[in-house]
Amino acid sequence: MKIVRGIPNHEVLDLNYPLVAAALERFIREELAQRGYAKAVVAASGGVDSSVTLALAARALGPENVHALSLPHRDSSPESVAHARLAAERFGVALETVDITPMVEGYAEQTPDLTPRRKGNVMARARMIVTFDKSEQYHALPLGTGNKTERLFGYFTWHADDSPPVNPLGDLYKTQVWGLAEHLGVPDEIVHKAPTADLEPGQTDEADLGVRYRRADVILEHYLKGYPDDYITGLGYTPEEVALVKRRVNRTHYKRHLPAVALVSSTAIGEFYLRPLDFRLED
Amino acid sequence: MVRHALLQLKPEKGRIGRNLEHLQQTLLRLRDEGVDVAVVPEAYPTGYFLQGGVRELALEAAELEDRLGSWHAAQYREPLDLVIGFYERDGGSYYNAAAYLELGGRGLVHLHRKIFLPTYGVFDEERFLDRGHELASFATRFGRAALLICEDFWHTVTATTVALQGAEIIYVPSASPARGFAGGAPANVERWATLARAVSGEHGLYVALASLVGSEAGKLMSGGSLIAGPEGEVLARAPEFEEAVLLADVDPGRIPPVRYDNPMLADLKAGLPLIFPELRRLVEEL
Repeated sequence: MKIVRGIPNHEVLDLNYPLVAAALERFIREELAQRGYAKAVVAASGGVDSSVTLALAARALGPENVHALSLPHRDSSPESVAHARLAAERFGVALETVDITPMVEGYAEQTPDLTPRRKGNVMARARMIVTFDKSEQYHALPLGTGNKTERLFGYFTWHADDSPPVNPLGDLYKTQVWGLAEHLGVPDEIVHKAPTADLEPGQTDEADLGVRYRRADVILEHYLKGYPDDYITGLGYTPEEVALVKRRVNRTHYKRHLPAVALVSSTAIGEFYLRPLDFRLED
Repeated sequence: MVRHALLQLKPEKGRIGRNLEHLQQTLLRLRDEGVDVAVVPEAYPTGYFLQGGVRELALEAAELEDRLGSWHAAQYREPLDLVIGFYERDGGSYYNAAAYLELGGRGLVHLHRKIFLPTYGVFDEERFLDRGHELASFATRFGRAALLICEDFWHTVTATTVALQGAEIIYVPSASPARGFAGGAPANVERWATLARAVSGEHGLYVALASLVGSEAGKLMSGGSLIAGPEGEVLARAPEFEEAVLLADVDPGRIPPVRYDNPMLADLKAGLPLIFPELRRLVEEL
């Protein structure tokens, strides 16, 4: 008699990347069109997130309708600039370089106690100033590049990386962005390098975060779905990793929301008066 | 044969006039196809996610009937049946509703108000809408039909009820945000197909699912409209995410022989009295 064994059921992070890519391309096209745009601007850091975003935008809108921006500071790694160029070339997108050094140093000169971390955040916010100005210049909407893992960890400069109005990657973990990058043909040297915010020399995400992305993402997926800690440790993750992941998520909820507003009426916006962001009435 | 057109359309949020115009243009383009019944997705005139905006955009059933009826009268000599999902206002109450309209004939034949209002995850219907409380099949020019809206159909007891009432076709306007991208199609699309096949095969009837498309602030309505026949087979299936028209002929003549071969509905009628006391006990316990 045959004995047939069932396959254990479990949460999976792996996705059907061609299907995901097609959906995200449609998302970009339709969300831009709804806002009256047919072109996009993408700040290209040379990392995997912005390279994937460039690839999706080029496929969604045509490469000629995508403006890639390289926004280096003199302290940025030369590799970041080279990889931004490589990604733009791979996807046939024109790359414009704006050196943000004078913007950042203009402030830094007046701020002698500026720490490297604070200066890194000034760089990120300077990049957003340029991105939104280029948006107006080209009538091209800025696309966000933040992934789900960094959003959940609050590992981004508030009101900078998170400010573009349309973000195709925000519901994909870093692990899934890597998978999508391979499907889209992002150059290997970009996919396989250590992720870095490049706000300080030698910085890497995983050293900052204290956990590997591929491990954090599995923990996050289970935590968000309501699995208890002992279930997650039962999968081979340490109690310390689980605690670290939960701590990062729960210390940063404010970064994923609009500012707190004192509620004094029964028409408070977003509390009582609720409309989706695409809501409108006929003209 | 009853020619059906399932209109997998993409509305623009809140633009009722534009959306009805788009529907009318689509119907006029199908003029030579001999369409008897056209089916339009859930909440098509306004888009699906409105939150509190439903109060500003809901239509009275009579208003919808008038707008479509006067357009039809100006364009057609022959009647056209239209199933359409919309947000309905009735006095101070708001419903997620679907109308069966016999344009150029009896007008509003049946109005169904969604009973199962999803209020979990990405959905928040019961915060803004009232539940319907009635489930009924009704007579059309082509036979008995029933309307179920989206989650109504995910509880197979609703389909069972209308099948017992004599429905030969169930129209299902829906709006289903794509989620679950691990398989060959979004998981919700696969679930819809599985349900439609199971329900149509169990009761020996047709299921016509018209599913909304378009990105609503990042929620990609999945489409994948389909029509399933009485043997549980998918007769035609629209693509995902993009606008499409699905044309399919429904053959009421196939239902009696299929039910004779596979008499599940007759068995259910015979067996229902046996399980009904337990069902009643469960309902009373809840």
